[in-house]
Amino acid sequence: MSFKFTEENLKRIEQSRKKYPTALAAVMDTVYIAQEQNGYISTEVMAEIADVLGIDKVNVLSVVTFYTMYHTKLMGKYHVQVCTNVSCMLRGGYEIWEQVKNKFGLDNMQTSADGKFSVEEVECMGACGFAPMIAVNEDFYENLTKEKVEEILDSLK
Amino acid sequence: MERIVLPEIENLHDINVYLANNGFEAARKAFKLSTDDIIDQVKKSGLRGRGGAAFSTGLKWSFMPKTTDKPKYLCINGDESEPGSFKDRQIFEYNPFQLIEGIIIACYAIGAKTAYIYIRGEYHRWVKLMQKAVETAYEKGFAGEKMKETFGIDFFCDIHVHKGAGAYICGEESSQMNSIEGLRGYPRVKPPFPAQRGLWGCPTTINNVETITNVPPIILKGWEWFSKIGAQRHPGTILFGISGHVNRPGVYEVNSGTLLTELIYDYAGGVPGQKKIKCVIPGGSSMPPLRGDQLEGVRMDAESLKEAGSAIGTGGIMVMDEDTNLLDVLLRISKFYHHESCGQCTPCREGTGWLEKTLKRIKNGQGTSQDLDLLIDVANNIEGNTICALGDAAAWPVKFMITRFRDEFEKYVNNEVSLPVANKVHSMRNSEVPLAAVKK
Ligand SMILES: Cc1cc2nc3c(=O)[nH]c(=O)nc-3n(C[C@H](O)[C@H](O)[C@H](O)COP(=O)(O)O)c2cc1C
Ligand code: SF4
Ligand code: FES
Repeated sequence: MSFKFTEENLKRIEQSRKKYPTALAAVMDTVYIAQEQNGYISTEVMAEIADVLGIDKVNVLSVVTFYTMYHTKLMGKYHVQVCTNVSCMLRGGYEIWEQVKNKFGLDNMQTSADGKFSVEEVECMGACGFAPMIAVNEDFYENLTKEKVEEILDSLK
Repeated sequence: MERIVLPEIENLHDINVYLANNGFEAARKAFKLSTDDIIDQVKKSGLRGRGGAAFSTGLKWSFMPKTTDKPKYLCINGDESEPGSFKDRQIFEYNPFQLIEGIIIACYAIGAKTAYIYIRGEYHRWVKLMQKAVETAYEKGFAGEKMKETFGIDFFCDIHVHKGAGAYICGEESSQMNSIEGLRGYPRVKPPFPAQRGLWGCPTTINNVETITNVPPIILKGWEWFSKIGAQRHPGTILFGISGHVNRPGVYEVNSGTLLTELIYDYAGGVPGQKKIKCVIPGGSSMPPLRGDQLEGVRMDAESLKEAGSAIGTGGIMVMDEDTNLLDVLLRISKFYHHESCGQCTPCREGTGWLEKTLKRIKNGQGTSQDLDLLIDVANNIEGNTICALGDAAAWPVKFMITRFRDEFEKYVNNEVSLPVANKVHSMRNSEVPLAAVKK
């Protein structure tokens, strides 16, 4: 299955390319764009990224495998992230992590069979003063209680 | 107390509101000065970096070579991934144009034509807000070529937002530069320092978001004014993020040198349930923790905290009440540093693994007193023996937590996990007489 960027995304990559003196520097933006379009980064996607930027495939691989926000397998439509670092832990972060795992019957980095949900225990998200917190895809939910978490999870359709 | 970085002005993130409140007046003033003059003023203001090391900002700028055929760069560190830190995002959200104004002044002063604002990837929302602010600045002529016309000068600079993708280590300056170049975020061996060889081998200055946001008021109101605010050796206001066991966690901008107890009890409303404090980490998770009985009289500036046995770091204050299990806290911290070690140096890669493993063993009830000494030993072997300061960041909490709370950790290794509150907690606040009255 080959992967091709949409016209629109090619334009966005071109924009990113202009920010830097080298094409390699646009790789992080480009991987994000690819992940947005394809859901995850496969070998084909990496080849296309290398091709579009005119860089070596090894460079793409090295970045994709270093940064935790790039996924090499398909995550759920709703990727639920729970922070359990100290400030969150002090305010119930682990209870919420257990709650989220139990709710979906999933363990860390697992995706539900219907592809709707995946869960991840994450490091400090920079929301320590609004702990505990979870993030669903790109959105932060802060100052949570178990009830509020339940409500948020139930609202994900 | 005057707020400099996050003034109490509604909708300041709107450029029209910003302009109506002296927005970009500092830049106008700065562009009439020589670059040496600006650097000198920033130096004399006493401004010190808010990213952790509290290094003189003016001095750092003066390291940039004056004559070079290479392009120069400015890098704005908004990686903000140290557990306990959540202050820079307030600037992205509430005062992005003051940051942008600081950037163009800094670029002018050091002769940089391009600035990158590096924002951690998890801050999707704040990346977008900042991107929008940068676009607006371009449209209105406060960034890019249009600056020439706006300010009537023969200088302009470009500003770009670079989004990280989940790696604490990219907050370390040389790692961040690799990340911007499209490489893995591996820290580089120093020297050479960024001012000699930074981004793409060119002279680069890197400053924290909050540091740069302080620059416009310094230029506009003068370095004398700034140098008189708060603690003399570390002047200005500081954004303190207070989290953990307090009634009103959040970010508070106060004068440097404010009492730690004032921040905890007055600003953050004290500890829920009137509980006593067992431990406070005053500057983000990598800084040495203080015992409850070490808090009284501690002032929040770099020098005072050093004297108190800790460090200011990023100003992330984590408060733990008397019922906190410090083994759990330390284990969680060590897990973090092990996870975030980039793996380049053996002492850090192996050492952080050992720290986590040994603490886990204690947690599982299989620890001995010697394990505590082993932990301190491993920490000492990491400290100072690594390419970047993540090694120290991993070592300090272990070393100081165990040393300062040895009796508590001794109980964990003896399996008596429920311990009575020793007299090392911060207990003054529960007395009938308010503390202020006691002091007078
Ligand atoms: C492991 C590690 C993580 C760091 N993370 C950050 C960060 O998130 N933000 C930041 O401004 N500085 C961070 N720093 C400090 C930077 O290396 C650098 O000193 C700072 O950005 C300089 O800016 P300043 O002089 O304005 O403080 C980190 C340092 C280390 C060793
Ligand atoms: S100290 Fe740790 S994080 Fe820093 S370069 Fe060495 S291995 Fe990487
Ligand atoms: S510890 Fe959870 S957001 Fe910082």
